[in-house]
This record gives sequence, C-alpha cells and structure tokens, in this order.
Amino acid sequence: MTTVHTLNPTADPATDVDDVARLLSPGGERVADPDLQEWIADVDTAAIRRLYRDMVLLRRIDDEGVALQRQGQLGLWPPCRGQEATQIGTARALRADDFAFPSYRETGVVFARGGKPSDYVLAWRGEGHSTYDPYELHTATQQIIIGAQSLHAVGYAMGVQRDGGDQVAAAYFGDGATSQGDVNEAMVFAASFGAPVVFVCTNNQWAISEPVSVQARFPIAGRAPGFGIPSMRVDGNDVLACLAAMRWATDHARRGRGPVFLEAVTYRMGPHTTSDDPTRYRDKEEVEIWRRRDPIDRVEALLRAEGAFDDAFVAGVGADADALAAAVREAAMGAVTRPALSIFDDVYAEPHTGIDEQRAAYAAYLDGFATAQGA
Amino acid sequence: MVQLTMAKAINEGLRRAMADDPKVLVMGEDIGKLGGVFRVTDRLQEEFGAQRVIDTPLAESGIVGTAVGLALRGFRPVVEIQFDGFVYPAFDQIVCQVAKLHYRTRGNVRMPLTIRIPWAGGVGAAEHHSESPEAYFVHTSGLRVVAVSNPQDAYLMLRQAIASDDPVVYFEPKRLYHAKGDVDLDVDPADAPPMGLARVAREGTDATVLTYGAQVITALDAALAAEEDGISLEVIDLRSLSPLDHRTIGASVRKTGRVVITHEAAREAGVGAELVASVTERCFHYLESPPVRVTGHDIPYPPAKLEKHHVPDLDRILDAVDRVLDRPNSLTGVEL
Repeated sequence: MTTVHTLNPTADPATDVDDVARLLSPGGERVADPDLQEWIADVDTAAIRRLYRDMVLLRRIDDEGVALQRQGQLGLWPPCRGQEATQIGTARALRADDFAFPSYRETGVVFARGGKPSDYVLAWRGEGHSTYDPYELHTATQQIIIGAQSLHAVGYAMGVQRDGGDQVAAAYFGDGATSQGDVNEAMVFAASFGAPVVFVCTNNQWAISEPVSVQARFPIAGRAPGFGIPSMRVDGNDVLACLAAMRWATDHARRGRGPVFLEAVTYRMGPHTTSDDPTRYRDKEEVEIWRRRDPIDRVEALLRAEGAFDDAFVAGVGADADALAAAVREAAMGAVTRPALSIFDDVYAEPHTGIDEQRAAYAAYLDGFATAQGA
Repeated sequence: MVQLTMAKAINEGLRRAMADDPKVLVMGEDIGKLGGVFRVTDRLQEEFGAQRVIDTPLAESGIVGTAVGLALRGFRPVVEIQFDGFVYPAFDQIVCQVAKLHYRTRGNVRMPLTIRIPWAGGVGAAEHHSESPEAYFVHTSGLRVVAVSNPQDAYLMLRQAIASDDPVVYFEPKRLYHAKGDVDLDVDPADAPPMGLARVAREGTDATVLTYGAQVITALDAALAAEEDGISLEVIDLRSLSPLDHRTIGASVRKTGRVVITHEAAREAGVGAELVASVTERCFHYLESPPVRVTGHDIPYPPAKLEKHHVPDLDRILDAVDRVLDRPNSLTGVEL
C-alpha cells in the first residue's frame, strides 16, 4: 500500500491548497480516501462529537487569550483560530506516553495532552517561561525559537530506540520553520537513524508576513521523500483526515519503520500574534475563502447531516466552553507573581558560586529597603 | 599512577564514565570507527557499540539538538564538536536550548550534557581550526565552562562534567593533546577538587598570573624565567571559567597585589576583561598597580605561519610582569 499522497510537482503546487488528502469536504460531506479511511474505522459519531467539543473548547481558550491580551492581562497571545483541526486531530492520535514537541502556537496540543487552564496563559502573562512539567504532560515546553524543537524530538526518539520503548515523538512546526537548518538537520538525523518521530508541519500559509511561496517552490510534504521519509499532504482543516494521517504516521514510527512527515494545509485566521497586523500583508478575500473552510463548521455540518447535532449537545459543549473560559480567565487574573529572588532559581541544577553570590547580594539590597521602611 | 597523554586521559575518562553508567552516550562526527580526528574516542565504539558511540551526520546544530532530546529522555550525552570553529552552527542550540531548559521548565528538565571542544591554536591548523570561543559561553547563564591544562584534570574534570546535572562546555587545548602527565585513575571524581575550583599551579609572592588551558604551561615557563631575575610569580590555573573561583583568585591577589592575566582568546570583552573587572571590584585596595592583560589580538585568528604573533608567549607575559611590577622594561629599557 502506498500511503504517500501523490504530489503534482507542476501546477503551482506549493500554494495549491486543494491538493490534499481529506475525509471531509469543506462542506462537511464525507470523502472516500483509500489510504486514510481505514485509520478512522472506529471513529463513530460519539468520537466525532468529542473531536468537535475539543475544537470548540480550544477556540474558546484562544478567544479568551486574545481578550485577556487586549485587556492588558497578557503580554502577548499567538492565536490559533483556524488551526483547531490540525492540532486536535494530530494530538488526539498520540498515546499518553508519546512525547510532543509543540511550538508557541500549538495551544491545542497542550490542551489535548491535558493542560490545565493556567498552562495556557501564565507564560504569556510573563509569570514563568513555562507552566507545566514536561514529564507530566509528556509534552515539551512550547518552543519559541523556530524549528529548534524538531531536533529535540528526533533526539528523544533516538532515546526511545535505545530504551527499547515503543513511544513516538511528535515534532510540531510551521511552514516557515521548514526554511530553518534545524528542521532539515532533524530530517537528516531522523532518516539516518530511523528514529520514531513524526514531523507535523502546520502549513498555515503565513510566516508572520511571509507567504508560504517565499519558503517553498514545491509542496512542503514533497521534500520529505528526498530525505528518505514518507510523507503525506493532508487537509489541515479536516479533523478526521488529521486524526487518520497521524494514526498512520505514529503506527509507522511505532513499528520501527522510521520517521514520517505530515504537512497539514490550513490557515491562520488571525494575526501571527496580538502584536501583528495582518491587514498590512494579506487580502480580505483570502481570509474569506478560508472562513468558508472553517474546521469547526465542517464537523458541525457532518454531525447535522448525521442527526447528531442536537440542542442538548450544543448546550453541553457551550457550557463546557464557558466554564473553561472562566477558568482560564481566573488563572490569569488570579496569578500570583513569584517572589523576586526566584529569578535566581533553576539557572543551574547544582550550586553555582557566581549565581549564589548574586542572589545573596540582591537579597541584601532588597533587605535594605525593608530595613529602611521598618526604621 | 600512570603516565598518559591528555588525549588518552580523556579517552579513559569517557571509557570509565560509559562503563559506570549505561545512560552515558558519546556522539559526534567521525568518533566511531575512526576514533575521532584526534583519536580521543579511540576504540570506544568497538567496546560500547554504535548505539552508544554514535557517528552522526555532519551537522553541529543537529548533534547538539538531538543530544538535548536524548537528555530529555534520561540519557547523559557527551557531544564532540570536531573543532572549536565548528561550534558556531550549534550556537543557537547551546545558548537558547541547552543553557536555558532547566530555567525554562523551572527545574523540571535537566540537561546533563557535556560538550567537548578541541580548542585553541598553536598547532599550525587551517582557518576555523584554532578558535577560542570560550567567552561566548561564559557569558551564557546556565552553562558551566571548564578548560583543562593537564592530563589529570582532563580525566577527572571530564568525569565530573559527565556526572553533573548541568550542561558543561569542556574545552580541550589541542596543543596539549600529546603532552604527558601523571594520572591517578583511581581517584573518585566525587572526592577530587570540584570542577569549579581553581588550582594554584605555582606559588609565588610578587605577582599573580591568572590563566587557563594551554596558557598555563606558557605561564609556568614564564614563572621559571622570572625566577632567574629574582621575581616570584604565582600562577593560577583557573580550570573553571564559569563559575570563576573568586576565593582562590582573591586570596592570591591580596597576597601579591599585582595581576597579569593571559589567554589566547581576543581581548575585547573576553574572560580577561571579566577577571580585571572582578579583581578590581573585589581587591581594589590590595592592588599595587593596574592589572594587565596579555591576550590574543582583536583580530580573526591569523594564518598558521603568523600565529606565534597572536598566541601570547613567555616574553609577552614577562613584559606584562615588568609592567605590573613597575620595573624598567627588559625589552625597551625604559621606565614604564
């Protein structure tokens, strides 16, 4: 069986957003795909409803993040609206003991891995560089340096090989990251060592203001076979296709057949971050086209067609989203900033005389204020 | 006690660390069958297999970045960067990832990574093969930086670096790889002086020479020569550049009141600048004269035929000693 989606290298391929494998059309109708459909044979209506709920909750976290930033509660927020299917579909295919290496925009991956309300906002509020224990969620801290985590995922996967484990590492990065040396080096290492890693490239069309055409003259998924890595270009707004493709990919890696590369073709509906102004570099018409391909609307249409989108379900999901949004808001507003001297904690795992001395000196300086105030 | 070259001492350090802890891995370019371009990893692959002595693709960021992932998984990778000048492509992974992951994760993730770098010049090498990049790493919080100057330290400090839960950048002076010395392989690294401590390589009373790496040998030669002029130099082998052992440095400076600093890295914002600043802050009232630096010039490392003008030699150190002692200069004959 060939699972590599055939790529046409001729007609404007890097930007052809319909040259993708899918199971759900933009209108919400099921599409047959001989390679993918077997991987979601067990996904029944109840499972689709869970995926729908995940995506709605993720969008609500995202909306709350934007709102909190606008209200001055967060320093920055990187919206992921439009990318819910890619994040939820792929992350839901991972096993709890697999290890995910997300980038800063993969809020949905952290959500799917079991993140708590505080995990979404405290880093963006500036309370800490990360808020969860990577070993608890089996998820690395969200990476800000573009593509750096792809190598960490490969190294982790090399460790799995040496431990004789059957876990998979999932490296998430965007289309812009494929221009980075680290992503290319990661593919060389992964292929050379047959590491159990899945590269998930979220092609959301824009690297801040650089369109994908600046990064790629050929579909990004088409590069992987050149490294000896099978790949698939999948509709990133189709949660069923993302789930199926990721199940195929993790199965391939888990069985010791080596790395896999997925390109999820999707769209970042909002700005790069809340500091960005996308109206300066892209047309309203383009955004409108993608609005009609919305990943959540698509599943809603499917569930309606299957008679599974009743009022009680909608009300339940809505209530869950409201509660989660409130919890996220509470986590941000109720954040307690750590004491001043904690900035010196965890620079080193073992005592370091330079840091110890600076901590003591700064403590004495701060104590001077306390003494002055007390006097 | 055995006589070993520094290269053999490091090789033995790697061998024993791997034998003691199955989580220790060695990775780098050409380190397997070839045994490394300096043969430092000679025969390790034969003994421990290709899963633990990993010949990697030629990509330095890839080597360090995958080592980060291996460390995340619980391994203790020892990475070889083939030459000092090749560490720059890995700079981002070292300073943004290796150095910061423990801090970023509030202590949840440890990075027990050792980055071995064959280092500095004096061996007539081609361009990019004689660099002294230590200041970049000293400037980066989260890294420990050490530089060895003899086979015994090379063995013990490597063991300590591998055992440390912190990332250690470990500089090996290329021009001392084949210098022999006594090595006691039976010392427990846990009982040896910690990596962070400096060593008084020679006691003296008139001036303190602060140095590290291969320059320790040059400084000791200078001290011997100075002795003929009746000058007693104390030579401190810093061993650790981060943290600096201010206690040992300060004790010496307060004793002699005069300081010469020598390293072959360029001067501007180098380790010497840090030493002058910290000695001045801490020991100003003990100083009899301004500290003087003897360093490489602020130039790209010169071609091999000219490198002797760049790497400080015995005479340049003695010239600086004259300056800090306010002696008539032996070269110019004038009062300085």
